[in-house]
Amino acid sequence: MTAYIQFLIDVLSLGGAYALMALGLVIVYGILRLVNFAYGELIMVTGYTMFLLGGSALPWIVMAAIGVLMAILAGIATDYVAFRPVRAKSVTAVLITSFAFSTLLQNAALLFISPRPRNVPLPDIFSETVHFAGIVTPARNLITIATAVILLAVFAWVMKRTVLGIAMRAAATHFTMARMLGVPANLIISTAFAISGFLAGIVSLFWIGRIGSVVPGIGLEPLLVAFIATVIGGMRSLQGAVLGGFLLAFIDTGLNYSLPQELLKFRDAFTFSLVILILLWRPAGLMKGPASGQRT
Amino acid sequence: MLDVAALELRYGAIRAVRDVSLTVGEGELVALLGANGAGKSSTLRAIAGAHKPASGTIRLNGENVTNQSPERMVRNGVAMVPETRDVFPDLTVAENLRLGAFTRRSDEAGVDEDTQRMFRLFPILSERAEQAGGTLSGGEQQMLVIARALMSRPRLLLLDEPSLGLAPTIVGRIFDMIAELKSGGLTMLLVEQNAAKALAVADRAYVMRSGEIAAEGTAADIAAASDLKALYLGG
Repeated sequence: MTAYIQFLIDVLSLGGAYALMALGLVIVYGILRLVNFAYGELIMVTGYTMFLLGGSALPWIVMAAIGVLMAILAGIATDYVAFRPVRAKSVTAVLITSFAFSTLLQNAALLFISPRPRNVPLPDIFSETVHFAGIVTPARNLITIATAVILLAVFAWVMKRTVLGIAMRAAATHFTMARMLGVPANLIISTAFAISGFLAGIVSLFWIGRIGSVVPGIGLEPLLVAFIATVIGGMRSLQGAVLGGFLLAFIDTGLNYSLPQELLKFRDAFTFSLVILILLWRPAGLMKGPASGQRT
Repeated sequence: MLDVAALELRYGAIRAVRDVSLTVGEGELVALLGANGAGKSSTLRAIAGAHKPASGTIRLNGENVTNQSPERMVRNGVAMVPETRDVFPDLTVAENLRLGAFTRRSDEAGVDEDTQRMFRLFPILSERAEQAGGTLSGGEQQMLVIARALMSRPRLLLLDEPSLGLAPTIVGRIFDMIAELKSGGLTMLLVEQNAAKALAVADRAYVMRSGEIAAEGTAADIAAASDLKALYLGG
C-alpha cells in the first residue's frame, strides 16, 4: 500500500511539473501553430535570475517572484524578437528565429555568466522530508503537486470564465474570425507568451529546485518533455497537454520503479518506444483540438 | 456612411476585384448581388479589414479606414457576419455571444442586457445557451453568428450570404430578421446569391460580375431589369 502511495506521489509531482510545462508550450502553439523553441530558455532565465539574486538579503519568495517575472518578460520578448517581425511571412522563418533566440539566450549565459553550474538559492522547505503513514517524501514533491493543482484550476477558470480566456480559445480555433469580433491579435499573442513565460517560470523553480543549480543548457530537457507531452496529448488541445504531461510522468516513473538497475540508464529509450506506440495508435494525439486549423 | 472608391483586391497575381465603388447611406440596406466568384465576399472582407486592398479607398463617415485591422474596424462600428458561419465550435452559445461584445467588455451590465435581448430575438439560442456552438444546426448557427455580430452594437452590419445552404423556411426567418433589423434603423450591406429575397428587403442594389460592378440602382429597378439573369449567368 505504502509503495503505491509513494508511486502516486512521485507520478503526480513529476506529472504536475510536466503538465505545466506542456501547457506553456501549447498555449502559444494553439494560437500561432508554431512551436516556440526558445521555451526552454525561459526556464533558464528564471534560474539565472535566482542565481544573480542569490547573494542578496531578499527572502526566497521575493527572489522567486522576480525570477518568474523575468521569465514572463523573456516570454513577451520572444514574441517581439523572434515571432512578430516574421510571423506573417513564413513558418520556416519563425522556426529559425525561435531557434536563434534560444541560442542567443544560451550563449549570453555562457559568455556573461559561466558554462559551469551555478548554485541557486533554495528555500529550507525544499530540502525537508515529510513522514506520514509510513511514507517518506521530499516536501518539495507535495508543494509541486499543490502548486500544479492550484495553477491548473486557476488556468481552467481563466480560460472558461474571463472574456480574455474565451477570446484566447476562440483565437486558437479561428484567428481571423476572432479579430473580426474585435479581439486584437497582438494582445492575444502577447498574453499567450506571457502565460507561457509565467508557467515556465513556476516550473523552473521546481525543476531547478531538484538539482540545486543552473547551467546554460538547462532548458533543453524541459522543452523536450513539454514537446513530447503535447505531441502525446494532441498539439492543439489544452486538456491534452495536461493529460500528456501526466501520462509521460507515469511512464517515466513507472519505468524508474520497474526497470532493473542495469537497464535504468536506457530509460529514455523505453519511454520513447512507448511514446511511438501511443502515436501509432493515435497519430493526432490523445485529444483532438478545436475543429479548424487556419494559420494566421 | 460607407464609401468605397475604386477598390482593387488581389490574391497573389489574380485580381479578384477591380475598380469597385459603392456607397451605403445611413439606415440603408444595400444588396451586393452576383454569381459565385464575382468578388462579392472579397469586397465585404476588405471592408471588414480582413483583406488588405491593393488600391482604392474605404471611408467610414468620411474617415479613411482603408488599411485598418479587423479589430479596429469593429471598434469603428462595423460588424461582420461571415459566409462560412464561423461559430466557434468549442465555445458555448453564451460564450460566443460574450465574445461578440469583446470591444465593450468593461460594460458588463450592458453586455448582460444585450445578451438577454438576443435571447428574446432568437429564443432558440436561449434554449441552447450552454450548448457548444458546433452542435447547433445550420440555421441556429446562422442566428448565432448574426446575434454575435449584433453584440458589438454595430452601426454598419456586413452580412455575407446569410441564406447559404439553409432550408427555405429558415431562409424566410433569416430575411424576416433582416427586415426587422432594418426597421430598427440598422445600416446593412448584404451580399447574397438569392437575388429575389435580397431585392425584396433592400433599398438599393449593386450587381457584380467578374470582379466589377456591372449594374446598380434601386432594388425595384434592378429587380425589373430584364438582363438580371444574364448578369448572373455571365452572359
